[in-house]
Amino acid sequence: MVVYNLYIFNRNGQCLFYREWLRRRPGTMTQEEEFKLMNGFMHSIKSFVQRLSPQDLKDGFVSFKTNCYKLNYYETATGVKFVLNTDNNVGNIRDILHQLYSTIFVNYIVKNPSCSATDIINTEQEIFIEKLDEFISNLSIFAQTNKA
Amino acid sequence: MVVHSFYVINRSGGLIFSDEHFIPKIELEKTFSYPLDFVLKQGQKGVNVEFGQRDGIKVGHTILSINGVPVQGNFIDFSAPSTTANDDDQQISTSTSHDIISYLSDSTNYPVTIKFGRTRLNSNEKLILASMFHSMYAIACQLSPELNSSGIRELETDQFKLYCFQSITGIKFVALTDTRQANVDALLKRTYELYSDYALKNPFYSIDQPIWCPLFRQTVQQAMDLLEKTGSPYT
Repeated sequence: MVVYNLYIFNRNGQCLFYREWLRRRPGTMTQEEEFKLMNGFMHSIKSFVQRLSPQDLKDGFVSFKTNCYKLNYYETATGVKFVLNTDNNVGNIRDILHQLYSTIFVNYIVKNPSCSATDIINTEQEIFIEKLDEFISNLSIFAQTNKA
Repeated sequence: MVVHSFYVINRSGGLIFSDEHFIPKIELEKTFSYPLDFVLKQGQKGVNVEFGQRDGIKVGHTILSINGVPVQGNFIDFSAPSTTANDDDQQISTSTSHDIISYLSDSTNYPVTIKFGRTRLNSNEKLILASMFHSMYAIACQLSPELNSSGIRELETDQFKLYCFQSITGIKFVALTDTRQANVDALLKRTYELYSDYALKNPFYSIDQPIWCPLFRQTVQQAMDLLEKTGSPYT
């Protein structure tokens, strides 16, 4: 099983953080454009799902699958959005994304006085990146294939 | 386990067939005294609850009727003969109609009985959502981290799942089911067969136009019933 990449957006739609562990397809656009597209995409999926749903939604949009990847989505009540791309064999990883938020993001970004939770996380936040990498590579869904 | 609805989207994102198989009716009627415990807001399709969930009334629910009289968009007319619920939600404002928000903010009109509920999608909204899905399908390939990705096959929320099957000719078959329904891919394959048999072989059908063939609708409904009952869309 494979973990491809992670996007974190704030509630204004700015991309706070991007990290990739594996990416076979080179981007066809600049990274800036890709972040905007991804954010707009998530926004339209959310409103699409809201209007289409036959019942009242609680969590709303959870994930979607194509033939080769699965996009997992988690949004906190404060509007921080996590988008994690994995391969198709991964089940529901909502609690993993929640854990990522509560143990990594809150501990190393929100509790860090030198950076703000609404600003772009720059590369100087080494401890955050280090802990994130450690967290992701310890996941059962992050297997050998990822390192190949 | 239920199939909620089924849609066919053509190559350019137009909705050419839709069938609502089972959509639960969410409606709640209650009598209120002044002042109301929740905040109402004028929306596109009528007056919505914006804040203050209680007793099953959720944020996003729309006012359907007041004192048993159905509303018309943002207005209500108590003197008019009760009109049948219209599908296209025209906003009619006549000399005898009241604006709902100002009517409900007048304490002399209380107690008042209000019926809340989720509104069904009208045909216009379905067209919008279909073309929205068409572009979302394309963006999902663009944002893929992996080579040669298709578009969205399966979209999951906590209340329903959406399955999409795109034929080689570019027609999308989309089914909305509850989260536990299995074998939806077989249903979509089956509807593709039905589409080729009953829609395409019909001499009066022109391609990419809405499908009106009664046999197609009938057999699609049969396939959905079968899937719900036996777990397979084939007889």
